[in-house]
Formats: sequence, structure tokens, C-alpha cells
Amino acid sequence: MQFKGTVHRYGRDVDTDVIIPARYLTTSDPAELAKHCLVDLDPTFVDKVKPGDIIVAEENFGCGSSREHAPIAIKAAGIDCVIAKSFARIFYRNSINIGLPIMECPEAVDAIKDGDTVSVDADAGTIVDETTGQTFTAHPFPPFIREIIEAGGLINRTKAKFAEKAQA
Amino acid sequence: MARPMTIAEKILAAHAGLDEVEPGQLIECDLDLVLSNDVTTPIAVREFKKIGVDKVFDPEKIVLVPDHYTPNKDINSAEQAKIVRDFAREQGITHYYEVGCMGVEHALLPELGVVGAGDLVIGADSHTCTYGALGAFSTGVGSTDAGVGYATGRAWFKVPESMLFRVHGKLAPGVTGKDLILHIIGMIGVDGALYRAMEFTGDAIHALSMDQRMSISNMAIEAGGKAGIIEVDDVTRAYLDGRAERPYTEYHSDPDASYYAVYDIDAADVVPTVAFPHLPSNTRPVAEARDVQIDQAVIGSCTNGRMEDMRQAAAVLKGRKVNPRVRCIVIPATQHVYRQCVDEGLMDIFLDANCAVSTPTCGPCLGGYMGVLAKGERAVSTTNRNFIGRMGSPDSEVYLASPAVAAASAVLGHIGLPDDLD
Ligand code: SF4
Repeated sequence: MQFKGTVHRYGRDVDTDVIIPARYLTTSDPAELAKHCLVDLDPTFVDKVKPGDIIVAEENFGCGSSREHAPIAIKAAGIDCVIAKSFARIFYRNSINIGLPIMECPEAVDAIKDGDTVSVDADAGTIVDETTGQTFTAHPFPPFIREIIEAGGLINRTKAKFAEKAQA
Repeated sequence: MARPMTIAEKILAAHAGLDEVEPGQLIECDLDLVLSNDVTTPIAVREFKKIGVDKVFDPEKIVLVPDHYTPNKDINSAEQAKIVRDFAREQGITHYYEVGCMGVEHALLPELGVVGAGDLVIGADSHTCTYGALGAFSTGVGSTDAGVGYATGRAWFKVPESMLFRVHGKLAPGVTGKDLILHIIGMIGVDGALYRAMEFTGDAIHALSMDQRMSISNMAIEAGGKAGIIEVDDVTRAYLDGRAERPYTEYHSDPDASYYAVYDIDAADVVPTVAFPHLPSNTRPVAEARDVQIDQAVIGSCTNGRMEDMRQAAAVLKGRKVNPRVRCIVIPATQHVYRQCVDEGLMDIFLDANCAVSTPTCGPCLGGYMGVLAKGERAVSTTNRNFIGRMGSPDSEVYLASPAVAAASAVLGHIGLPDDLD
């Protein structure tokens, strides 16, 4: 999986209430959720984000609620990858489960600036800041998690397991 | 001999069919319960349907609680609640709770004995960690995990490291479990327990009632914790016996189990505490918050909507009136708590004090309805999150506190202690 896009940079503890406020939780439609993504943190985000863009943030990205609406909104807004120093636990597993690539790389977060162009090779774990030419290596996913991502998310993996069982 | 393990490790090992597990290990486990609510169930059902199976793994092990926007606040939320109801009927889900029987999920499940010690529970709601107070390993997940849980009764876990919090001595009168957990979050930060299981012990913890313990375990997630476990003792047994639907299992950490960190806390250092905007870790003693004027007080939620919380609030409000500049909203967390408030005469106290009392709902806690804040308004709330916009306008503010402090503040018109009242 390879991505290249413009960076939207945020601080630490970006919580799920600012990623998608509860007042928009009466729907689960990805396109509808995307319209309000990050509105309480950065009201300009939805207007400036382009398909393929990348979010870079400090520690504890996605803390708070378990709402899967948060990674869904980010993905539907066009974001291909989130790079952070660390992720809140539930957001981390939700992202993996729905197939939103996320990477933990403190060094990259420290160096990358808002508006930089960044390319990511998720399989190799490399992050290149095209604007400055710097290269970083992210922590690779353990094999079990790679298996979920490679299956295209937890639902596809489960589906395949059921199919296997039916054949056996 | 298996390696020395913590309660969290023992519960996970038992449900993975393993003799031992160690932190970092990725395992798949059998679940005792899969929980979801009216916000998370619609996505979970959508994902479940994609898997291509017709039936859930066990209709008695799925718990569906419409509590966030029920009684429905608008047409969209009514449609969402209907998805939950239709799925419950179609699948013959036994633990479905309709308006009139329902309560805020994390108050309801323990009260009804649906969850017990030693259980492994996932819930598509972050405060599922509440049942750690009963000695269960329960943790919040997303809707996809819940949908897969409906189908398979299984989930993947990374075995967390554990952190031990030993609270010595005795909390002073007027200092509650809520103050203690705010104190701890203030100490370690909102990611202080990220990816880890918190375990609480010590004589100050064992001296607490089950309602107070649940306030503590409930907020483990506010420190990033995956679970917030309190080992089973006589208080737990007294709570579970005659209530738990299924036999329960006690787990205790081995004396030589290893922890990522051990904190020793002197209960005497814990004072009535309030978390300032916009993070639960932004704590200060209530005594230093008296200049904060408030527009609203909310007493309720999965953190502090239980009977003891209602009693603490009522003890302060008895014979007093809410300040005319303040709206005080009281929400007993379950139908049973509501009824008991009537039976014990607390309802009269609330009504006489000019509180608005609501049927159980999450409502204002997540800025849903039933007390949403306008721009520039401030609320003191017994809930668990004070993020930007959590209870309404992104320009409003939420201060987290105990029921007694929220009630006293409602009367005073500013944040303060029951002792500040004449
Ligand atoms: S009361 Fe608040 S924190 Fe608890 S389940 Fe409801 S919305 Fe979540």
C-alpha cells in the first residue's frame, strides 16, 4: 500500500468528539459523516482536504469514544493514512478493522510540517517527506494485524474464515 | 506452573484457552458478552450482514441497549433505534431493553446481573470498562468488532501490560470514588494508561461500595486504559450473589505478577476534585475552582447516575433551591434507580429544589439532547468527558465533578463544596 498526499497537521489528544461531534451521530452514512469531519477542531478541514491527503498528529490521536464514525469520517473525507506519535487504543483497532492505514512514527511527526507533501509505503513502513527529502521508518505491524489489513479489514477476514469452515 | 499473572492476563488466558499469556501477545478469545447501543449497533449490524451469516452466535450473549438518543430525540435517532429493535427481534436477542425498561448501559448491566466477575466482555462503547469494578475484563471496541462478535462470539486482543494503583488509608468524608479517579487521571494524564490494563487495590478501594467502584472503573478509559479492574472481595460477592445470571469466577493477581508500573497513593492526599476544560486530566481541587460561575449542572450518566450518587446529590439539595441562574438536570441512570428515587423520597427533594428530572438517557452527557449547552455556557457535570463541544457548542465548557459537588454548585451558582452552603 502506497500513498502520497498533502499533510494536515494537528496536535496531541485529538479526541473523537472533535473528529466527529455527537450532534452528527444520528447517521452512520460515511459521506454524511465526512462533511463534518474535524469541524470543532479545524472548521476549514473539510473544505481544504483532497482525496489522498494525510493527517499527521502528536500523541494519543483518536482518544475518547469508541465511535467507529470517527475513522469512517476520516476515511470518507479522503484521508488515505494517519501518522501519529501514538493512537488511542480503540481508534487504533477500529482503524485496522475498517482498513484505514495508520502508522506510529514519532520522528516523522516531529519533522513533518503542515502542508508538506508526504509519501508512505505502508508495507515497508517508510515515510518520506517529499518537501524536505527526509525519510523515516515507522514501527511495522505485527503479522496478525498485517493479516487483517491484507484481508481488507476484519469483516473480510471473518467472511473468509466462515467460508473456509463451510468448505471443510 | 504458568508464569505469574495479573487478573487481566488470567481472564484473557482463560478465554483464549491458554495456560498463560504475556503482554504484547496477540490472541483470539471467546467472549461472554457482546454489547452495543443505539449509536454503535446500526454500523455493527451493517458489518454483521456483510459477513454472510444469518444468525448471531448466541442470542443470549448479545446485549443491545438503546440509551444514547432514547426516548428518540428526532427522526434520525428514531431510525437508528429502530434498526436496533428490528435486529433484536429478528435475532431473538434476549438482552434487549426497550424504553421503559432501559437505562444507561453501564449502569444497567451490572444492576441486572448480566455481567459478572471473570467475564470477558466487549462493548461498542468506550465505557464498557465499567465492569472491571465487578472483577471482569471488559473493554470498549468499535462497531466492526461488535459485528464480528455477534457472528462469532470472538474477538482479537493484544494482551495489555498492567498498571497497579494501590490506594492506602481511607478517603476523607465527602471524598468519593469520582474524586479518586479524577485525581489519578490528573496524575498520569489522558494517555497515562494507554494500551494498558489498570488494576486498583488497597484498603481505600476495598472500603468503597460497588457504586463508587463503578465510577472508578468507568473512567479508566479517560486515562487511555483498556480495562480498569478491581479484584473480587466481599463487597463484590455481596453485590453479585443473588443477582448474577450466570456463575462467576474470581481471579486474583499473583503476588509476583509483573506490572508496567506500580503507584502508591495515600487516600489522605485525595480531595474533592474537578476537571477543568477540555481534558479529564486537567484537574484541580474544588477549593480552587470557586470563581467558576455555572449555567447548568448535570447529575447522572454511567459514571454517577447510580443510587448512591442520587443519594449524595439529594443530601446536598434537601431543603435548598437551585440557584435561579442555573438549570439543574438530574437523570437517574436506570428505571430501577428512578423508581428507588421515588420510593426513598429523593424525587421530592429534587423537585422541591427545582431540578429537572428525566427518564434514563445518556442525553446531555454526549451533547445529544436534554440539556445541550449554548455558546459561552458552562456546566458542572458528573459525567466523564469534558472535551471541546462534548455537551454542546464548541464554545461551551464542561467541568467534571462528583454528585455532591455538582449539587452544591447548582445551589451556589458557581463551583463549590457542600460545606460552602449555609
Ligand atoms: S452516559 Fe455518557 S459516557 Fe456513559 S454511555 Fe452514555 S454517552 Fe457514554
